[in-house]
Formats: sequence, structure tokens, C-alpha cells
Amino acid sequence: MLNQLLDHRLLFVTGKGGVGKSTITAGLGLLAAQRGKRVLVAEVDAKGDLGRLFESGPLKFNAREVQPGVFAMAMQTEDSLREYLRVQAKVPFIVKLGPLARTLDFVASAAPGVREILTIGKFAWEVRERHYDLVIVDCAASGHIVSQLNAHRAIDSLVGLGPVKKQTQWMSDILSDPAITGTVVVTTGEEMPVTETLELVAKLRAETEISVSAVMVNRVLPAIFNRDEARVFERLQRPATQKKLGPGGVELVTAAMIADTMRESRSVQMARLTQELEGSVPMVLVPELFRADHGLRALHKIADLIGEEI
Amino acid sequence: MPTVLPTALPTVLSTMLTTREIIVVCGPGGVGKTTTAAAMGVAAVLDHDARVLVLTVDPARRLATALGLEAIGNTETPVPTNAFENANLKPRGELWFAMLDTKKSWDDLVQRHAPDAATAQAIKANPLYDNITGRFVQSHDYIAMERLYEIHLSGRYDLIIVDTPPSRNAIDFLDAPERMADFFSSRFLRWLIAPYRSKFVSMASRPFMQLADRVLGSDFLQQIADFFVLFQTMYDGFVERATAVDRLLHDRRTDFVVVSTLETAPASEASFFIDALTKRGFSLRAIVANKCLPSSLASADAARLARSLLKPGGVDAIAAALDKATAAEPLLESVLVSAAMNFERLAITATKQRDLLRAFERTGAGVTSVPLQLNDVHDIGQLAQLAQSLNPQHL
Repeated sequence: MLNQLLDHRLLFVTGKGGVGKSTITAGLGLLAAQRGKRVLVAEVDAKGDLGRLFESGPLKFNAREVQPGVFAMAMQTEDSLREYLRVQAKVPFIVKLGPLARTLDFVASAAPGVREILTIGKFAWEVRERHYDLVIVDCAASGHIVSQLNAHRAIDSLVGLGPVKKQTQWMSDILSDPAITGTVVVTTGEEMPVTETLELVAKLRAETEISVSAVMVNRVLPAIFNRDEARVFERLQRPATQKKLGPGGVELVTAAMIADTMRESRSVQMARLTQELEGSVPMVLVPELFRADHGLRALHKIADLIGEEI
Repeated sequence: MPTVLPTALPTVLSTMLTTREIIVVCGPGGVGKTTTAAAMGVAAVLDHDARVLVLTVDPARRLATALGLEAIGNTETPVPTNAFENANLKPRGELWFAMLDTKKSWDDLVQRHAPDAATAQAIKANPLYDNITGRFVQSHDYIAMERLYEIHLSGRYDLIIVDTPPSRNAIDFLDAPERMADFFSSRFLRWLIAPYRSKFVSMASRPFMQLADRVLGSDFLQQIADFFVLFQTMYDGFVERATAVDRLLHDRRTDFVVVSTLETAPASEASFFIDALTKRGFSLRAIVANKCLPSSLASADAARLARSLLKPGGVDAIAAALDKATAAEPLLESVLVSAAMNFERLAITATKQRDLLRAFERTGAGVTSVPLQLNDVHDIGQLAQLAQSLNPQHL
């Protein structure tokens, strides 16, 4: 199952805030490109994380090649509307979108599906038109993702007939096919993110037609001591022994204790995650990067690390 | 015998807790915003004879359990005194919690602003209404501010601490009241409902309408129009209220706190947020840097020790100083090497944290660093401890 992750055409990456969704999105994109695919990575919340990771400067709606085979864009609903009008609704080129953009803003206020569908519709369209082999979307955090992924259905239930309605069926075809579209839930091995991940997986399954393709655990800490080593380390923790290590001994042992405790608490949570998912979703573990935490160098490492797993 | 933990906050945070009426806690997701807001609430009632409400948006069940509450719901609920007693704490004030229920709050709002019961009923029955209240992301932001205003106005609390909604764009909720007012006075809204007032749509708006019609379909437009004709009846109440909410947020009685961790992505998001607050003229009083590594990681001696342990033969020299039994452990070398490597890794992270902390300090807001907690908060005692650590001990 895992080796098929990159064979999808559309992946939505989500998870609790702060777990590294953008890093995983960019890492997956880079990996897929290294494996010969033409990839589009997109951010929807305009925080600029993807641009920072690829060190490409701020991204725009029009995708730009940021690494060989990796194209990156930032979602902007107004641009998406403009594209939709031009390409789908066959409305001739509009110089000034001003009033209509404001209309959109207000219609979106009334029927939120409109704004979201311009987001999700853009990506589904890129897939349908086969502009890319794989589209990876750095999505909204857990709280909003379900309504985002359901936008086309929300619209469906509101609009009787009409041009918008016609658009939702083909989107649904693309989104509901587990071989084409999937979600990737990113988490870390901490208590809150694990709890939220379990809830999110259940919610995505119950309330959307999109399948959950993988759970990726980010920042997994390496094992520090095996059982026998742990016994020796206990001896080192005795105050007298720490002092005998010389100046800095106490601080050094304290640091190792912190690292050990952090790893221990995360492994407890990872065990819980594994147990509760019951093998229903493949899990990918991405180790913590200690030195590099952002930028292209970190990204290449992340892509390598994910590549070892899938 | 219950002990009173002296929270001893001689800091900007304690000043805020005593002198302000509203504290808005904001920042990127996943940095411990909700927990920080709860800890501030605990600190406030331990130190002061005050009635304090923490208004949260995050339905964290674990936090509810920690506070001795079944769940945190839309209604304001006091933290039972035995939750404090169990942690051996004696609060001077009263701590209350409430969660933001968007749907319920919207219903209340409509009830309040609609001219009569029939209109309120019609609004709530319109299919678009559920969409606005349930799914519309930004309505969450507006309603949070609206609810805050309502509670503040009631005068029931000396201090209200607001844990802000997880916004798609972190500044959305700041603009929400203004945007809501803009919306109701917009030309579009007038245009949309114009056919009801007169049979003639003005010539100027015709191509515009044709375009909207082509994209959205006339049925859909009609539904929207129907809804807003009803909604329009609440216009005056809404605009007045939105303006008042905005005024309250800019008032001297309101302070803002930005919470962040010292990692690259959250910190840059927090910086963006700090700029946005300043630009809008809000009072950014404090920055809480959460999950800070201990200052012992900056020890030059430990760095030297780690380096020598990682040199070939380095362990032997140091093992010689240890007691015989320890020195004889066959695994001693691998343990010491591993400990040294882990020290170095964490020390690098700590150095980066320090840089980001300095950057926060340069903003001029009071910066408070909170040490990394290796375990999540599970009871009120841990919240009290966290509250105690909300004082500036720099890395």
C-alpha cells in the first residue's frame, strides 16, 4: 500500500497545527519529482511555508518550477475564479475583476462552499487536465479540512441546478476514487497530535468520500539507549557519578535524560497510535532532523528519509 | 492543609492579570495556546480574589478532565473547588470556563437582532443559515469576538481570558468585526436584494448580474437574495454591535498575548501576527515563548566534555575518574557516546531557540519563556506549576 502513495494523482496533506504539514508536503513533492514525476505542490493558507522551504520566495497562484520537476503555487480564490471563468465558464477575458471578486467574497460569506470549491476545484481540475502527474496540497489544519473536502457536496445540496452544480459531479468522481485521491494525515508522537489524528482519521472516513492514504509521524526521535545501556545510564545519573565526569558532567547527563524522556513519552504515544489505527492505514515514520529544520537542505533530507520508507 | 502556591508573577503577565479586563491569547496552532490561557486563568484566581472566565475554542477533553469538568460546553461553568483541593491549592478567586459553540452563539445573535420572532424563525429555517453558522470558517472568528463582547458587557467577570480560534489566517478574527460591518453596508448586498425593492435592476449592475448568474445560476442567486432580505432586517443591530466589538478590542482594558514555540515555522507565523497586531493598533503586551529547553544546555563545560567524549579514546580518559564498578561496565563507552551526541543535538536546538527568543525580545513586548514540559498537563496542579513558570527566566 505504501509504495503506491506516490502513484496517487491528488494528495491532501493535513493534521494538527505545528506538526510539520508543509515540510511533509514539500518532502513528498521533492521525492516524487526525484522519481521522475511532474509534481505540483500547493499551499492554501498563504502562510508562505512552502516558499520558505523551497527557498523560492513568496509563491503566486501561477505555478513556478522551484526544483526540477516540482512546481509550486499558492492558492488564491480570486485568481482561481478568474481562471475558472476563462477556462470553464468561457467568460471572455476580464480586465477588472473588482466587482466580481467582491461578489465572490460576499457569496462566499453566504454559502461558504463557493470559496472552498474554487480551491478544491482548482486542484481537481489540474488532475483532470493531466497537467501534472501528482498534485500535493498543503491543507488547512484539522479543524477546517473536512468542510474543505466536502465543499463540492455542500454546494450540491444548496444549488438546485445551474452551472455550479454541473461542476460538482466530475469533481466527486476524482475525489472519491481512492486510487486517484487520498489524504495524508501528519502528526508527531506527542499526546495531543496523536489524539487529534485518531479523531481526524475517523472523521475523514465518516464524513468525506476521500480515503485516508497514510498517517505520517513526523519528528520521530531515535532510540537512545537499549535496555542494558539504560541500566548503565542509571548509574551515571547518580549525583556522585555525574560530578566525577568533570565540569559539565551534570549538564551532559541532564541533556541525555531530557532526550531519553522525550523519546520515551513519544514512543508511548506512537504505540497508542499504532494500536488504535489497527493497521487500517499505513504509517510512515519520518525521523527528527536535528541540525536543519527548514530550507532546501532540510527538505532534501526529508525527501531521502521518506524515500527510505515508501 | 491546603497550601497557597505563591505564583509570584512580578512581571508583565501579572500586571495584566491584575489590571486588565480582557486578555486575548493568540498565536500559531500547536504551540500550547489553550494550555497557556488556562494556566493564566489558574494564576489569576490563585493570586487574586477575582472572578475569571477562560473562553476557549478548543474542545480539549483532557483539559476539561484536568479541571474537573465533564466537558467544557457553551455555557459558562465554574471549576469545582475540589479540583483545586485535590491539587492542594486554595484559590482566592473563582475560575470559570466556557467553550465557544458557533451554532448556538449565532442562534442567540439572530434572536437578539431580529425585529420579531417570525423573522428570527425564517432566518433560522433558511438553508443558507446552517451554512453560515456551521461551515463558514470566518463566522467562527466573528462570533468569538461577539460572544466576548456579550460576556464582558454582562459584567459577570473581573477578567476574561480568550483563547482565540484556530484561524486559517491568524489575523482573520481581528478583522472579523470590521468585515461584518462592511458586509452589511456593502453595495453588493444592496444590489442583491434590490429586485425586492423595485422591479428595475439598475442599468449599471446588469452585466455584473448576468455574469454572476452565469457562474452561479439564478436559482442559487435567488436563494441568497431571499436569505439576505431577511438578514437585512438585522442590519442596524449588527453594524452597531460589530463596531462596538472592534472598539472594545482597542480599549485600554484589553491586552493581547502572543504564544509561540521557538521553532522556525511557528516563530515566523508569530512574528507576522505581532506585526499585524501592532499595525492594527492593538495592545500587544506580552509574548510567551513556550517549550523552551533549559539553559544548562548552553554550558560551555558540558560542550567541552561532549567533544572530548566523542574523540577517539575520549571515553577512556573520563572513565578513569569514575568508580570502579561503573568504569568496568562494558557498555559504558556506548552510553557516554550516546549521551554526548544527545547533548550536542539538544544544544544545537537550544542555540536556535535562543536566537528566536532574542528576535522576540527585540519587538519590545515583554517576553516570558516557559520551560519545556515533558508531559502534557493532566491536572490543575500542573497548570498551577505552569503558571508559576510564566515568569521571565531567560535561556
